[in-house]
Amino acid sequence: MAQRIDVKDLNIFYGDFRAVADVEMAVEPRSVTAFIGPSGCGKSTFLRTLNRMHEVIPGAHVQGSVAMDGVDLYGSDIDPVAVRRQVGMVFQRPNPFPTMSIAENVLAGIKLNNKRISKGDAQDVVEASLRGANLWNEVKDRLNRPGSGLSGGQQQRLCIARAIAVKPQVLLMDEPCSALDPISTLAIEDLIAELKSDYTIVIVTHNMQQAARVSDRTAFFNLAATGEPGRLVEIDDTATIFSSPRVQATEDYISGRFG
Amino acid sequence: MTATTLPEGNPELRALLRQVDKGRHRKDRVMKGLIYAAFVVAMLPLISVSWTVIVNGIERFNAYFLTHSMRGVFGGMDAGGIYHAIIGTLEITLAATLISVPIGLLTAIYLVEYGRGSLARAVTFFVDVMTGIPSIVAGLFAYALFAVLLGPGVRMGIVGAVALSVLMIPVVVRSCEEMLRLVPNELREAALALGVPRWLVVIKVVLRTSIAGIGTGITLAIARIIGETAPLLITVGVIDSINFNLFEGRMMTLPVYVYRQYSQGLVPCTPGDLACIPTINYDRAWAAALTLILIVMLLNLVGRLITRFFAPKNLG
Amino acid sequence: MTSTQSPPTQDGVRPTEAVGPPRPSRRRRTRVVDKGASRLFRWTATGAGALILVVLVAVAAFLVLRAWPALTTPAAELTEKVSWMGEATSLLDFVGPLIFGTVLAAALALVIATPIALGIALFTSHYAPRRLASGLGYLVDLLAAIPSVVYGLWGGLVLAPMVKPVWAWLNEYLGFIPFFAGTVSPTARVLMTVGLVLAVMILPIITAVSREVFLQTPRLHEEAALALGATRWEMIRVAVLPFARSGIVSAAMLGLGRALGETMAVLMILSPGFLYSFKLLEAGQQQTIAANIAAQFPEANPLGVSALIATGLALFVITLVVNMAARAIVARRKDFSGAN
Repeated sequence: MAQRIDVKDLNIFYGDFRAVADVEMAVEPRSVTAFIGPSGCGKSTFLRTLNRMHEVIPGAHVQGSVAMDGVDLYGSDIDPVAVRRQVGMVFQRPNPFPTMSIAENVLAGIKLNNKRISKGDAQDVVEASLRGANLWNEVKDRLNRPGSGLSGGQQQRLCIARAIAVKPQVLLMDEPCSALDPISTLAIEDLIAELKSDYTIVIVTHNMQQAARVSDRTAFFNLAATGEPGRLVEIDDTATIFSSPRVQATEDYISGRFG
Repeated sequence: MTATTLPEGNPELRALLRQVDKGRHRKDRVMKGLIYAAFVVAMLPLISVSWTVIVNGIERFNAYFLTHSMRGVFGGMDAGGIYHAIIGTLEITLAATLISVPIGLLTAIYLVEYGRGSLARAVTFFVDVMTGIPSIVAGLFAYALFAVLLGPGVRMGIVGAVALSVLMIPVVVRSCEEMLRLVPNELREAALALGVPRWLVVIKVVLRTSIAGIGTGITLAIARIIGETAPLLITVGVIDSINFNLFEGRMMTLPVYVYRQYSQGLVPCTPGDLACIPTINYDRAWAAALTLILIVMLLNLVGRLITRFFAPKNLG
Repeated sequence: MTSTQSPPTQDGVRPTEAVGPPRPSRRRRTRVVDKGASRLFRWTATGAGALILVVLVAVAAFLVLRAWPALTTPAAELTEKVSWMGEATSLLDFVGPLIFGTVLAAALALVIATPIALGIALFTSHYAPRRLASGLGYLVDLLAAIPSVVYGLWGGLVLAPMVKPVWAWLNEYLGFIPFFAGTVSPTARVLMTVGLVLAVMILPIITAVSREVFLQTPRLHEEAALALGATRWEMIRVAVLPFARSGIVSAAMLGLGRALGETMAVLMILSPGFLYSFKLLEAGQQQTIAANIAAQFPEANPLGVSALIATGLALFVITLVVNMAARAIVARRKDFSGAN
């Protein structure tokens, strides 16, 4: 069920402003691809075009193609709502729905389909998703308590459980650990390593050590100057990027000379 | 890698990405339609009210109408105007403003500059509650107050002004408070650091910085109460001739004039009497309503212009 | 004194504003004492604040004072001296149908206005293009600028003739519903028309308050819903409406408070009656407290005035309770949302 994504000649605009230019890359299935780069280089913006979440901002549009297993996500017959159903997303700050219980949060995506899900099936989905997110043992006794009562790291794993409950093809993570303490971060990183056997994962991170630890491939984004569009500098196996990058800017960034 | 780049791509996936569920999309579109419709529905009365008031009122809205009272006007006579009502409305509104602004502004200063603890909390809460007092109750209060002071059955302009003040004070407090809170604290601190006494800081720095916003707030508060009818109906009464004295006798006001003309209804004219206009009372009511709406809109406009022209640069 | 950054502890009254200016409280504690003009000025300002509370108490006190004669006069004497009390045998008997009519009219207005107001609020907060939203919101606020007497005039002369056939249709085909039963009035000067006009009048306040809370919905929650594959409406249902629930309740209650106290529109449109009647399309069934006061006051004798003030007192208490409840909900909401 995990799918590959091929991006061709992708340009992202906010109104007239070109935010990201000429991205070309392939995201391999059942692997973790990390996006790194300085602030404002467009890596988060690019991530959001992979499930058409950037369209939430008025005036945002793209040129080029993003193909999932050969199907262009921006094809005229494609429904953005369906795209987001197939490409799940986890955000920078954990955002469980405050008015819902833990179990309801996990089931939120499924309930949207208006399907009458039997109580037993619902319980199975909740347990499977929470187990998948390594959260089951911590919350199994309080599934009906509000999700906002959990710690930050637990909330983020709840959000991951919510995202995988709808069984997406791809999971996007936008700096999922930046609001968490080191121990919670470690838990999420372990989880990512486990999830990649079932999902195609794309993660944006500011933390280069994290990229090195969790990802199989790493893409480095950069921008020439403010006001200029961000560009993909290079993408390669993580080991290669961190040991012998082809481009000087990548090496400068990784060795901490800027950014 | 070439295997996955078939021209059509993965057909199963394509099917999944095309449409989640027709029902959900239909529901989304229906709700969108309803929400747009709600806005359109709300515009209908606005358009209808403005249109009918203008169309029905414009005919009688002229210099004669504005400069004559109803003295000696009866039956279906093609005469009569709102001069006495305009005088009454202006005087009573002015008096209400003179009562409300000092109290309202000082209360706002108290809340922003000094307010703390349970008194400030109570004032904040009850100012909000006060905005919800029905206007007729404010009228009854003013009536009861003056009945205790001057004996029952008193009808004069100042009673109406007191009633309107009860309605106006909370509005003034709210808007002034908002404006005073916009004044950057650095300004206060800078002045205090120069050894300026606190009351002078408030007057010379805080009030001067926010004077445009306060002006706007007061103008909008006036616009809000100038159309009040019910409290004036029971405290000031009705009269057909001009009365300049706030402190003696009944006065006419514009909103009450509209009501009075409306409630007199159609005039039973004798057939063939060309000088008798059956709908004269309604015609006058529409023209007076037009005048009233124009005054309210003018006040709203002035209020907004004050901010635009007099706002200090640093407050944007 | 430890940190100038920390907001003053206004005992959590208005945490949304505590972020900004009212830092003076901290400085005040360090000040030794103010004297002369400064002290006088502070006292004057505090006095003005206290005056607000005094006024509110005075409103209640004077109403009780003037209502006292009617409250204490024996029922038989009261009904004899106050002509328009009709068949009512006591003040309570008289005020009962009025309270009923007031609440029915306000409830009717609320039922009509709330869904539309929520629609408009969502339209301006989540549907209309950003650039247009504030201008369109201003149009709705204009509805609040129109004086109530103009609504009465419009309701009586324009709206009533317009809705007459609609009411006749409702009566004919939906007459089995108690609200639409009875003989439909030929002039449409009925509670249904009144409810419609009141609904228009309370639209702006309900819209304004609920728009505010809709706009406060954290973007995080909206995006969470969208990322799960929610349509726009589903996002609103899952993220916006649950977040705004208490705000919507208090918006509706503020609208209810307005509708309860509205005088002129009722006075100028409704053909009054003093019955406990749910027939919205029949004339001469109900009357509201406020309209009754305005109608009877000019011609009332002293005891009559006293009786009217007693009904006004009832209206005051009802609106006070409704408004205090609404404001309390808003205040509590602020405490919660302040944490975000």
